Amino acid sequence: MEFLFSHFNYVVVIVLMMTGLYVVFASRNLIKKLVGLSTFQTSVFLLYITLGKVASGQPPILEYDPTTKSGYDEHTAFVEPVLLAASGKSYALPGQGSEILYSNPLPHVLILTAIVVGVATLAIGLALTVRIREVYATIEMDSIEEQDLQYNLEGLEDEAAAGSDRA
Amino acid sequence: MSWLSTHGVAFAIILPLLMAAVMAVFSKGKWLPWLVALTVTIVIAVSAWTVFQTQLSLGEFIYQMGGWEPPYGIALRIDAVNAPILLLIASMAVMSMVYAQPATGAEISERRGPPFYAAFLLCIAGLMGMVVTGDAFNVFVFLEVSSISTYTLVALGANRDRRALSAAFNYLILGSIGATFFVIGVGFLYAETGTLNMEDIRRILANLDGGSRVAQVAFGFIVVGLGLKLALFPLHTWLPGAYAYSPTVITAFLASTATKAALYLLYRFCFTVFDPGFDYVMVVLTYVITGLAATGMIFASLQAFFQTDARRTLAFSSVAQVGYMLLGIGLVSVAGLAGSYLHLINHAVVKGGLFLALGAMWYRFGITRISDMAGISKTMPITTAAFTVLAFSLIGVPFTAGFVSKVALAEAAADKGWWWAVMVIMVTSIIALFYMGRMMMAAYFSPPPESCQNDDGTFIRNEAPILMLLPMVGLALLSLLIGLRGNIVLTDVAENAARTLMSGAGL
Repeated sequence: MEFLFSHFNYVVVIVLMMTGLYVVFASRNLIKKLVGLSTFQTSVFLLYITLGKVASGQPPILEYDPTTKSGYDEHTAFVEPVLLAASGKSYALPGQGSEILYSNPLPHVLILTAIVVGVATLAIGLALTVRIREVYATIEMDSIEEQDLQYNLEGLEDEAAAGSDRA
Repeated sequence: MSWLSTHGVAFAIILPLLMAAVMAVFSKGKWLPWLVALTVTIVIAVSAWTVFQTQLSLGEFIYQMGGWEPPYGIALRIDAVNAPILLLIASMAVMSMVYAQPATGAEISERRGPPFYAAFLLCIAGLMGMVVTGDAFNVFVFLEVSSISTYTLVALGANRDRRALSAAFNYLILGSIGATFFVIGVGFLYAETGTLNMEDIRRILANLDGGSRVAQVAFGFIVVGLGLKLALFPLHTWLPGAYAYSPTVITAFLASTATKAALYLLYRFCFTVFDPGFDYVMVVLTYVITGLAATGMIFASLQAFFQTDARRTLAFSSVAQVGYMLLGIGLVSVAGLAGSYLHLINHAVVKGGLFLALGAMWYRFGITRISDMAGISKTMPITTAAFTVLAFSLIGVPFTAGFVSKVALAEAAADKGWWWAVMVIMVTSIIALFYMGRMMMAAYFSPPPESCQNDDGTFIRNEAPILMLLPMVGLALLSLLIGLRGNIVLTDVAENAARTLMSGAGL
C-alpha cells in the first residue's frame, strides 16, 4: 500500500494507459475510439512529466545571482551562461554547485511536442469521422463494415451481370 | 557543392517542410503545384546523393543542428546504414512525383491538388528526418510528421473508393498506438540513461551491461511500436486497407518507403542503441522477431493468394516480404543483415514499380480486380512488360533483384544451420509464384474484353501516358540491373551497412 502511494503518479499513468487502450479496442464507435486514443496519449504525457520531477526540486528557472558579475542587466546575465552552455565549453550555470535543486526541464519540452502531435492526430481523426459520417451516414464501426461488405458483394454482382451481358 | 555536402542533410529535411507550407497557400492549379513539388523532390534527391557521396568518403559524420554540441543538441548522424536509405527515399519520391501528374489529375479534384502535394512533401520530410536523426525523441517527432500526413493522403483516395476513409481511420488508430508505444519506450530509456542521443544511450547502456528492467521494458515497447509501423505480422492489419484504397501514387510511395524507414529504425534500435549482446535483446531477436517473421511470411503469402483485389494481393505480399527482412535481422550475423538490407532496397524498388504499374492499369481501364486484368498485355504492352519484370523480381527469378537478396538470405540462414528458415524462404517464394502467376495468367492468356477490340479482331492499344511509363520502366530496369550486378550492391552497400550495424554489437 505504501508502495502504491509513493508511486502514486505511476499508478495513475498505468490506470489511464490501460483504460485508454481498452476503450480504443473495445468500443465500436469512432468518436469513442478517439477518446480512448487521447486518454492513452495523455497517460504518456503524465509519465514523462513524472520522470522530470526531482524530489524537492524547484521549477527550472535560472536564479538571478547578483554577486557573480556587475554591470549586467538581468537579460544578459541569463543569456551569457546559456550561450556558454550551448558551446559545450562550460556548464557553470548560476546556482550550479550550490544547494539550488532544479527539476529536469527536458521532459516538459518533449511533452510540449508530443501534445502538439496528439492534437494533430485528434484533429485528423475527427476530420475523418466527419467525412465518414457524410459518406456512410453512420459512425458505428459495425455498420460501416456491413456497408463495405454489401458494397463488395454488389460490386461483384454488377461484374457478373456485365460479364453475362458480354457473353 | 561543398555547401551541399556539409548542410545537405538538414537541407533535405527543411526544404520539403518549408515548401509544404508554401504549397498549402496555393488555391488551385494543375501544373504549377506539381512542377514546384517535382523541383523540390529533385533538389532533395541531389542533396541525398551528395550526402551519400560524402558518407562514402568520410565514413561517418555528424551534423549538429544549430551548432549545439551532442548530446545536448539534436544531431543528425549519417553512416553506412542510413545514407543509402536516404538516397532510396529521395529517389522514390522523385519517381512518384513524376508519376503523380497524370495520376492525381484522375484521382484528386483540382481544388485538393495543392494540399495533396503539401501533404506529400510533409510525408517526405518526415521520412527523411526519421532516417537521418541521431536523437531518439526526434525520431518520434518525424515519425508522427510522416504518419499524420500519410493518414491524410490515404483518406484522399476516397474520391475513387469510399473505403479509403475507414482504411485511413483504422491506420490512424493503429499508427498512433504504435507511435505512442514507441514514445513510452523512449521515455523509459530516458529514465534509465538520462539522455536521448542514440550514441550516448548506447554508451551508457553498455556501461550498465544492458541496464535494469526499465531498459528491458523500454526495448519491448520500442519493438512493439515499430512493429506496428513496419507491419510486423500480427500487427499488420492496417496495411492491406491503406494500400488498396489510397491514391495509386501514394500506395507506390508508401509501399516503397514508409515501412522501410520504420524497418531502418528497428535496425538502429536493435543493433546500435541496444545491443544483441544483451540477453533480452538476443532473446527477442531470436525467438520473437524470427518466429513472427516466419509465421508472417507463410500466412501473409497464403492470404495474398486468396485475394481478388490485385492491390490487396500485393499489400499482403508486402507483409510477407517484411518477414524476409525481419528474418535477416533475427539471424544476427553480418551475412543475414546484409541480405535483409539488400532485400529492403530491392523490395522498395520492386513493390514501388508494381504498384505504379497497377496504378497505370487503373488509370486506363479502372482495373482493381485480378480478373479484370484479362488481356492487358495486348492493350498495354509496355506497362505489362514492366509489371512482368518486376513480378519476376518479387518471386525471385534468377537475373532479377529478388533472386540476389533471397539467395543471400538463404545462404545466411544455412550458414547458421537454420535449414527450416531456408525451407520457409523457398516455400513462400513458390507461393509468390502462384499469386503473381494468377495475374500473369490473366494478363497474357485471357482475351481482352470485346470493348477493346477493333472490328477486324485487332486490339486497341491504350498505353499509359509517358509520365507514368518513365518511372515504372526505370524501376523495372533498375531491378534487372541489381539482378545482374547484384553482387556489387551486396558487397559495397549492404555488407558495409551490416558491418557498421554489427560493429557496435558486443558479440
